Amino acid sequence: MKDKYIVSSAPHLHDKTTTKNVMWNVVIALSPALVFAVYYWGFRALLLTLLGAVSAVVTEALIQKLRRVPVTVSDGSAFLTGMLLSYNINAGAPWWMPIMGSVFAIAVGKQVFGGLGNNPVNPALLGRAFLLASWPSLMTSGWLKPKSGALSGIADPDAIAMNLKALSPKAFDLVTGATPLKVVQTLRDSSFVASINADAGEGIDLANRIFTNITEMDALKNLFWGNIGGCIGEVSAFALLLGAAYLLYKNIIEWRIPLFYIGTVFVLSFIFGPIKGAGFSPMLPFFHIFAGGLMLGAFFMATDYTTSPLTKNGRIIFAIGCGLLTVVIRFVGGYPEGVSYSILFMNVMTPLIDKLTMPKAFGRVKK
Amino acid sequence: MRLQTFPGGVHPHDEKHFSASAPITKAPLPAKVAIHLSQHIGSPSTPVVSVGDEVLTGQLIAEASGFVSLNQHASISGKVTAIDRFPHPCGTSSLAIQITGDGQDKWVELVDEPNFMDLPVSEMKNRIAAAGICGMGGAGFPTFVKLSPPEDKPIDTVILNGVECEPFLTSDYRLMKEKAKDIITGLKLIMKIVNARKGYIGIEANKPDVIKEMEKLLSSEANLDVVGLKLRYPQGAEKQLIYAATKRKVPAGGLPMAVGVVVQNVGTAFAVYEAIRYKKPLIERIISITGSPVAKPQNLLARIGTPFAELVEFCGGTKERVGKIISGGPMMGFALPSLDAGMGKGSSGLVLMNEKQARLNEEGNCLRCARCVDVCPMNLLPSMIAAAVKYKNLDMAVQAGLNDCMKCGSCAYVCPAQIKLVQWIDTGKIRYAEAQRAKK
Repeated sequence: MKDKYIVSSAPHLHDKTTTKNVMWNVVIALSPALVFAVYYWGFRALLLTLLGAVSAVVTEALIQKLRRVPVTVSDGSAFLTGMLLSYNINAGAPWWMPIMGSVFAIAVGKQVFGGLGNNPVNPALLGRAFLLASWPSLMTSGWLKPKSGALSGIADPDAIAMNLKALSPKAFDLVTGATPLKVVQTLRDSSFVASINADAGEGIDLANRIFTNITEMDALKNLFWGNIGGCIGEVSAFALLLGAAYLLYKNIIEWRIPLFYIGTVFVLSFIFGPIKGAGFSPMLPFFHIFAGGLMLGAFFMATDYTTSPLTKNGRIIFAIGCGLLTVVIRFVGGYPEGVSYSILFMNVMTPLIDKLTMPKAFGRVKK
Repeated sequence: MRLQTFPGGVHPHDEKHFSASAPITKAPLPAKVAIHLSQHIGSPSTPVVSVGDEVLTGQLIAEASGFVSLNQHASISGKVTAIDRFPHPCGTSSLAIQITGDGQDKWVELVDEPNFMDLPVSEMKNRIAAAGICGMGGAGFPTFVKLSPPEDKPIDTVILNGVECEPFLTSDYRLMKEKAKDIITGLKLIMKIVNARKGYIGIEANKPDVIKEMEKLLSSEANLDVVGLKLRYPQGAEKQLIYAATKRKVPAGGLPMAVGVVVQNVGTAFAVYEAIRYKKPLIERIISITGSPVAKPQNLLARIGTPFAELVEFCGGTKERVGKIISGGPMMGFALPSLDAGMGKGSSGLVLMNEKQARLNEEGNCLRCARCVDVCPMNLLPSMIAAAVKYKNLDMAVQAGLNDCMKCGSCAYVCPAQIKLVQWIDTGKIRYAEAQRAKK
C-alpha cells in the first residue's frame, strides 16, 4: 500500500503558544505575589489559595462530566480562576470561603455559559462579588495584620499609635483594623471625623495627620512591598509588577489595558483628590495606584482575554472605563475599593465596545 | 539600510537553512510530463494538439482562450499521449496534456535578439504573452495582462518581489543570487513596458548577501533601488509589500494599479527577460525541494509538469517517514495527497514534513485572546469572522472582514486554541459566493 499523507488546510506551521501554556504562564506570573503573602501571613495564605484553586478544578471537572463534554481542566484555566479568586480574599478568612467562591465562580460564572471563552464576565470577580454580597462582614473586616504589625501601613507607627490611643480610641481602631483604602475612605466621612474627638478642631487635625501619614513616602514604600492589611494576592505591588513584566515579556498580555487603566486612575486621582476629603497630598495618585487591588486588577483581571474587547481601540476604551469607575467608586462610592466592580461592569460592556470599534480593513476608506 | 515593513504579521522560523546553500541544479529530464490547462488565474487554455502528435520542447500545445488566459508549451520533446484529468499541484485534479518524452529534448528555434532593450513595447508584450508567462510567486496571474493597465491608470512604480517570506523556500533567493543581472534587466524591461520611472526590488533581511549584491549592481542606477524589508510574514503579500516600499495603501478590493504600482515576482522578471531576449517560452523554473525528511534538499531547475516524485527522488529520496507534502510554502501552500502531481508554473517549492511536524492539533474553544486580531496584516477580526461563519451569520462575517482576507494564515499560526481560522474563513468565502449567486 502507498504511504498516506496528512491533507489539511494551510497554514501548515504553528507557533508554540497553546491555551495550556498561556494559562499556566499566568499562574507562574501570579506566584511571586503568593510568596509575599506567605511571608506576611504565613502558610495560611498558601492554604487558602490552594483550597480555592483545587476546588475550582474539581468543580469544573464535575460539571464537564455532567455535561458529557471533554474534561479540559489540564488547560489550567479553572486553576487560574480559583487562584485569582483566593487572591481576593483576606488571609484571615475562614477556610470555606475560597471554596464557596470558587464553586460559584466556575459553576455560575463559567460553565453555565458553556465553559472556557464563553463567559460574559470574569468568573473570579463574579465569585468575589458573590462572597462580598453573601458574607459582607467577613469579606471587609478582620484584616489579618501583616508581619510588621498593626500599623505597618503608617509611616511613623510608634508616634501615631501612642498619640492615637490616648487621643482617640476610635481613630486607633480604624488605622489598626483596616486596609489603607478603608482608612482613607473613612477619613473622608465628616461624621466620622466629627466623632473621633470631642474637640472638633482636634478631630480634624487628627484626621489630617493620619491622612498625611498614610500618603507619605515611607508609607508608600509599605504599600509597594505589601506590608499592609489587604487581600492575599493584592498586597504587594512589587510582586504583581514582577509577574506582569513576565507576562508582557512573554507576549501573554498586551500593554494597552494595564497602561490605560492605571494611567486613568493616576490622572483622575490627581485631579479629583483635592476636591473631597481630609486634606490633599501630592503623593495621592501614587497611593491610589499601589493601594488595593489595582495592580492585580489591571494586569491580571482586566486583561482576561474572554471578557475584554477584541479590538485595539476597544481595549483602550475598556481600560479608561475601568479606571474612571474605579476612581468614582473609591472617591464617592460606598465601598473603599472599586476595582472589581468596575472591571465587572466593563466586562458587560465588552460586546458593545467591540461592535462600536470594529476596525477598518487595510486599504478601506471611511464611508 | 533602514528596514521597511507593514503593520501586523508573525515571525515563523524561516527554516531556509535546508536548501539556502544549494546552488541551482538542473533536474534530469522527466520521462513524462502533464501540462495543466489551468495553472493560472483566468480561463483554462485550449489545446491545439491532439493525442498522437509529435511535439518539440517549447512548442505551443494549448493557447489562451481569452484575454485573461495563458499559452502552454511542451516542456519536453516527444509525443502527446493523453489529454485527460491529472493530479494538479493544488491537490485537486484537472485537465492536462500528457507528453511522453523521446529523451532527446529537441527544441523549437530560439533567437538571441541583440537589441532587445529597444524593441517596441507592443512586441515585448507579444513575446511575453506568447511565452505563456504568469506570476511565478504562486497566484499565477497572466503577466501580460498585469502589464496592460487601462489608460486611466498610469503606472509610475514597478516593484520586484524578492521577499520570499514563506518559510523553507529558497528558489527566489538562489535565482537572485545567481541571476541578479538578468533580473535587473527584466525589471528594466517591465518598467519600459508600463512606462514607470521608479523601480524597486524588495528583499527580506534574511538574505543580506543578495541585498548587498543587488545594492552594488544598482548603485549606478538613479531610478532603481533595493528595499530592505524586516523579517516578518506576510511581507511578500502584494499590498503589504507596496505599503512597505512606497507607503501607499491599495484600496480594499482594488488592484495595485489603483496606486500606480505593478508588482512582479523576481522569477517572473527573469522569465520576462528570457522571453523578450530569446523568445523562450516558460517551460522550466526553479523549485526548492526541501524539508527535514528530504535527504539532500536542493533548488532545482526543472521542467513544468515534472512529477514531484521524480524531483524528490533526484534529491536522494527521503530519510525519515513523511507526514505531509506541501506544494508551495508551509503558510499558504497546499497539502498533497500524494507525490503524483507535477509541478506547475507557480510551483516555487515542495516542502516535506515528518510525522511529528505534520501532527494535527485539536481545535479548542476560542479564548478571545485577540492574538489573531493583533497579527492580522489586513486589520480584520479573524476570530469573529470564524465564529460568524460557524453560526451562519454571513453579514457579521463580512462586517468583520470576510472579503478583505487574503488567507495569509497569520491568525491560524498564532491561535493558542488551534482554531483553523483560515479553513473557517474559506468556508465563509464559499458560502458567501453561493449566497451571492442565489440572489441573482
